[in-house]
Amino acid sequence: MSKKKPIVYPYVPNSVVTVKNKMLKEVGVKSVEDFFENIPKKLKLKKNMKLPKPFLSEYSLRKHIEEILSKNKTCQEYLNFLGAGCWQHYVPAVCDEVNQRGEFLTAYAGEPYDDHGRFQALFEYASMMGELLNMDVVNIPTYDGLQATATSIRMASRITGRSEVLVSRTISSDKLSKIRDYCKPKITIKLLDHDSKTGQLDLNSLNLGISSKTAAIYFENPSYLGFIEAHGNEISKIAHDHGTISIVGVDPISLGILAPPIEYGADIVCGDIQPLGMHMQFGGGHAGFIATRDEEKYVMEYPSRLFGITPTSVEGEYGFGDVAFKRTSFALREGGKEFVGTATALWGITAGVYLALMGPQGMRDIGKGIMQRSHYAILQLSKIRSIKCPVFQSTHFKEFVVNFDGTNKTVAEINKALLKRKIFGGKELTNEFPELGNSALYCVTEIHTKNDIDRLVDALREVVE
Amino acid sequence: MEDITKKRYINGKPKLRRFHQAKWDEPIIFELSTEGERGILVPEVEDEVKNEVGDVLATIPKGVQRKQPPKLPELSQPQVLRHYVRLSQETLGTDLNIDVGQGTCTMKYSPKVNEYLARMPQMAEIHPLQDEETVQGILEVMYKFEQILKEISGMDQFSLQPGAGSAAIYANASIIRAYHENQGEANRRDEIITTIFSHPSNAACAKTAGFKIVTLNPSEEGYPDIEALKAAVSERTAGLMITNPEDTGIFNPEIEEFLRIVHEAGGLCSYDQANANGILCITRARDAGFDLCHFNLHKTFSAPHGCGGPAVGAIGVTKELAKFLPVPVVEFDGDKYHLNYDRPQSIGKVRAFYGVAPVVLKAYAWVMSLGAKGLKEVAEIAVLNNNYLLKKMLEIPGVSVPYAKGKHRIEQVRYSWEKLMRDTGVHSEEIGLRAADFGVHYWTSHHPWIVPEPCTLEPTESYSKSELDEYIEILKHVSKEAYKKPELVKTAPHNSTIHKIHHAPLDNPLQWAITWRAYCKKRRKTRANNVYDGDY
Repeated sequence: MSKKKPIVYPYVPNSVVTVKNKMLKEVGVKSVEDFFENIPKKLKLKKNMKLPKPFLSEYSLRKHIEEILSKNKTCQEYLNFLGAGCWQHYVPAVCDEVNQRGEFLTAYAGEPYDDHGRFQALFEYASMMGELLNMDVVNIPTYDGLQATATSIRMASRITGRSEVLVSRTISSDKLSKIRDYCKPKITIKLLDHDSKTGQLDLNSLNLGISSKTAAIYFENPSYLGFIEAHGNEISKIAHDHGTISIVGVDPISLGILAPPIEYGADIVCGDIQPLGMHMQFGGGHAGFIATRDEEKYVMEYPSRLFGITPTSVEGEYGFGDVAFKRTSFALREGGKEFVGTATALWGITAGVYLALMGPQGMRDIGKGIMQRSHYAILQLSKIRSIKCPVFQSTHFKEFVVNFDGTNKTVAEINKALLKRKIFGGKELTNEFPELGNSALYCVTEIHTKNDIDRLVDALREVVE
Repeated sequence: MEDITKKRYINGKPKLRRFHQAKWDEPIIFELSTEGERGILVPEVEDEVKNEVGDVLATIPKGVQRKQPPKLPELSQPQVLRHYVRLSQETLGTDLNIDVGQGTCTMKYSPKVNEYLARMPQMAEIHPLQDEETVQGILEVMYKFEQILKEISGMDQFSLQPGAGSAAIYANASIIRAYHENQGEANRRDEIITTIFSHPSNAACAKTAGFKIVTLNPSEEGYPDIEALKAAVSERTAGLMITNPEDTGIFNPEIEEFLRIVHEAGGLCSYDQANANGILCITRARDAGFDLCHFNLHKTFSAPHGCGGPAVGAIGVTKELAKFLPVPVVEFDGDKYHLNYDRPQSIGKVRAFYGVAPVVLKAYAWVMSLGAKGLKEVAEIAVLNNNYLLKKMLEIPGVSVPYAKGKHRIEQVRYSWEKLMRDTGVHSEEIGLRAADFGVHYWTSHHPWIVPEPCTLEPTESYSKSELDEYIEILKHVSKEAYKKPELVKTAPHNSTIHKIHHAPLDNPLQWAITWRAYCKKRRKTRANNVYDGDY
């Protein structure tokens, strides 16, 4: 058997044997083994790992992955009505063009000098979100809306020095699970009821639950179940009467037509920017924002990085840097506020591109267009006798609950039947909200045409009647 | 004309570049706005739809209608594109520079083919709640990658859900908490032990999860003394959360004994393997006795850093702890892949849905391009590069390497410019700013600076010998300048996009401006009050 030539790995320049030997010689060792002198023999792996055989050429690797991915069915091939925290909106080509630029894609933790562009792009992201939210402080994005909510609650607890938080029962079970885990060491979570007809937060439940121990109340607009919460003002007022912070979770794509929550008394606003230019990516496009007024007691409780604009030694030149860096765990380890690290900066830059493309008119058009389409879908679906749509008698933004109790079919059966017709039906709510019976959460956005909606309605009629 | 190429490379050895960073003097995007311009038009709504639904905006409850449009900038599409491409040019990614200066962060090459694959519609355009039948491909990638990580770590089960290294450390701290709750000891066991040369998030995340933190300092050897650990453990110990090799690049050879002591005291041991680049296929977490570990797929496993995410911190645990992993987990029945939500003892959700699947895809593709032999080659070359750099660094005046004198390092080294600072008054941070004048990134180190005037270099496997030589050439030159013309170094950068920034306003609540609107308000106020506005 002829001796195989050693592999030169294209990603590993110094895997060339002659170079390797030259470097070993310069360092003065015989073999790379010498570098691992501190690792006890006993802990050293004696044989090669059992990993799958590699695809050494780029072509064979690509074929391999493409073959696996071809088993996925996309929302381009199928008509999708799933939302529930991850939404199919149109992603402008410029968003992808910018976030695949190698400079942004592969930068990391550069200084304000070598990475001036990264700082400016993220400062501008925060600034445009600030306009959308009418708030002066917005963080460099955290992991997702779940994290943004959980951190907002902990911020409120630190600001007020209190440890009880009231949360609207209509939030998603995933978000509640995250909040419970993240707030466990410090905070007790209590759920607030809602009106079963309208979904609106029950103000009696709020009045009964709130006390001088309440750090914050958290509710959403639009809610997870799609309806618009009409009593933001009253809720915030009750909160403020008790020295409680009003936290509102918001879908940023609604803010061209819906009021920014600060206008109905929100002190902290949070949410997910995935709708603003991120592909769904099986849930990989999420990033969380937290916004507040520019008050020191709020700013100093952010765990995230905050980028600020500042002058340089040359007049008229903009510079950027970390605001109040000393509050972070980078500066103080366990003495900092919660923790900070790599999160979702590239999605922040992308959301900035999205907002710059859309401008005020684009945000209004898209908000209005989404509402027109979702209302059209509600109207058409409500004509099917055996289903109830919408379940909540409130105004909806882009999502709404459909009840199938009158159809003799479960949501799972209906969704299987829709799948055969190349339609992804709404998210089943049976386990999440048993009180809603056999229901599903449907989502309609600007990507749906009249034909798409009519196709859903026809298919559902066929399936249930 | 003089042939400058001869001066650039002599006998394969690079000289300094006459670099200048892109400088577009780019306005803030709001300053580029022209009323009425549009960057993109949104899909039109059909007339039939409009007519049928009527005035939808009027149905929005009072007080929830937006009265004033958001004051977003108004720009045409080419202007938006040019603005962001200019900003990208003012950013020094790994695709551009010899990125060995961000030690502990493993700034390796992120293969372009993986980026292409992650942007295919079969990855980008799938919804996380689609019927399992329609996402078998991505579930297969996730499942198979978990099997790979099990082999690399020796652990029994993984979750790919946490959104980065810190989120992974937090999730592991949360699992440690759940374990002790399950044992009925949650109230008693409230201390986590870490080391000062472990990433700050080990301390910060464990604190956030409700623990008190005990931090061990290193001995002369660069890792804590066994006796210090013995003194730290007690019936309050919930666990140990550490890095190894630590930020110094020194592998703690007594690690097994460390874990034995913590286990004996009733604690769990969690291994921060955010950066496992130097020990892939060399040594494994489970073999040393760890109960939990995590890998950063955007570091060791090549997914790009994205200016700071999106990312994945994959967490691995023993069989005993598997029931606490975040929900759901991916399972394979021999025929199909499934998501299992029925896990009553799970700590719950850590990140939306299943984490950042495209990053998992990139990491999977990277491993599949290398195989077991290739991964070992990666580790060995990363370590060779590091020790080569170490040898060359020690030849530079003013540099020293604290701890474990004369010993090799694994994948990174924490250096000290203390001598240079004493000799010249030039600080480590200033050396970095001057190095930027030659087109490379350089970072000091995590706080606190136990090592005075620190810098941490980690060359990974992605740079050629001549590139490492160029980096050394730059630092050697800056050191020489520090001794000859310290002012030149102290006033750097000179070839950057911008000049020295004023830090004071960033820490002053009256002046800091985190958004453009805040900046405009504060600037107006400062001017109206006729106070000194030299800082604006």
